Amino acid sequence: MRYKERRYFTVVNAILIDDKDNVVSVIEQVLKGDDVIFETKNGKAITIKALEDIPIYHKIAVRDIVEGSYIIKYGEHIGVAATDIKTGMHVHEHNVRSVRENL
Amino acid sequence: MNIMSEVLEKIYRGIIIMEMTFYGYKRPDGKVGVRNNVLILPASVCASDTTRIIASQVKGCVTFNNQNGCSQVPPDQEFTMDVMAGFAANPNIYGTVVVSLGCENCQMSLVVEAIKSRTNKPIETVIIQEEGGTLKAIEKGVRLAKNLTQEASMLKREEFPISELIVGTECGGSDPTSGLAANPLVGELSDRLVKLGATSILSETTEFIGAEHILAKRAKNKEISDRIYEIVHRYEKSIQMVGVDVRDGNPSPGNKAGGITTLEEKSLGCIHKGGHNTINAVYDYAKPVVEKGLVIMDTPGNDPSSVAGMVAGGAQIIVFTTGRGTPTGNPISPVIKITGNRMTYKNMEVNTDFDASPVIYGPEKISDLADKLLQMVIDTANGKLTKAEALGYIEIGIMRACNYV
Repeated sequence: MRYKERRYFTVVNAILIDDKDNVVSVIEQVLKGDDVIFETKNGKAITIKALEDIPIYHKIAVRDIVEGSYIIKYGEHIGVAATDIKTGMHVHEHNVRSVRENL
Repeated sequence: MNIMSEVLEKIYRGIIIMEMTFYGYKRPDGKVGVRNNVLILPASVCASDTTRIIASQVKGCVTFNNQNGCSQVPPDQEFTMDVMAGFAANPNIYGTVVVSLGCENCQMSLVVEAIKSRTNKPIETVIIQEEGGTLKAIEKGVRLAKNLTQEASMLKREEFPISELIVGTECGGSDPTSGLAANPLVGELSDRLVKLGATSILSETTEFIGAEHILAKRAKNKEISDRIYEIVHRYEKSIQMVGVDVRDGNPSPGNKAGGITTLEEKSLGCIHKGGHNTINAVYDYAKPVVEKGLVIMDTPGNDPSSVAGMVAGGAQIIVFTTGRGTPTGNPISPVIKITGNRMTYKNMEVNTDFDASPVIYGPEKISDLADKLLQMVIDTANGKLTKAEALGYIEIGIMRACNYV
């Protein structure tokens, strides 16, 4: 595996910031079919399969997100799913709408 | 690790944390400094070269290039006055020699009055036009500065609780690692500082835009919540005066290429520096910070100007996150620089104090790194020079609302 040198106790290639999040950020280029492995805050390793290529530092869905529901990162809403997003899909401009409050 | 030893470990850490202290300088106004310098304060751009020459002659002096102090509209003059008075009052300063030209808008009497409203520390004055030009002004300034630094050198550091510290947080030259590693790490540091009774300042109003409702939810009460909306809206309006919408083109194409999808996401990455605590107060630019815990100051995204505002507010130490790396420092308060980008740490190690990349790549956990960073803050408070201090970086900026008149 390309990322086996990373951590000596777990092999991870994505970062979960808050346990409430439904996306993680990959910390290296991920190709379609790759395993994406991240740790929860209590140290449990979770593996999902990438359904498409994900550029470094971009987001991948770790849960199925139905159209109109929130994308959650940092434990907060960062936007709304513009389409249904499956676990393992790239989450970015093409499938997220900004839900900025009209203040 | 079994549960028992984990609990013991936490208690052990708790005890260590509760007893944390640093060695600082007690000031006559009751505050505690982590440096003990004499400030040669230029009241305007026309006095800045003179202060540079005076400060270069006398050991233990600091100064900076003040681009303002004259030809400014009243709100801009207030920013300048607050930065000058706040710098002089900052507990890292023993005393101040104010140098003015004589005819500038920031008149000597106004500057001295503004300083005296904040502190009772020693103040001396030199007015270039009254002294009769450069050489006489420099001679007087050097004599006064020499006396003050000799007095300052008699002071000894004493032990104080961490609760005496005000730490300003700042980010600049951000990249995707800022929101993933360095800012969350500084957030953990903020949480620790607040728990210890100290103050952490969250700054850069431009970077609250899109996340103001999230910050507002964390406000102590309705008044603070309203103030958060107020400073964000005021900031947007001030940019609109020149026909620009801050929200346009944000996140930038570079941000998007780096994986940032929405403005909320970008701003959330920035405000992570403040940690998770309740927001106890909102301060206007460069105003004295008096509340403990997590507070906000209304500052611009421009790094030296934002740092100057927090230092004028009383921050004795600045913690600065960067993605691309920067040499920046401050003449009054040490600036600790942190990057989550391991390439940047290697490339700019001479300018970067702390490598936060293990937050991303391991093996250390963010909580262990936050303990290490807290120790670095204490070491810095105890007198260890930051890289920016050792290399002599002293640039500052002062926030501005509009053009000179």
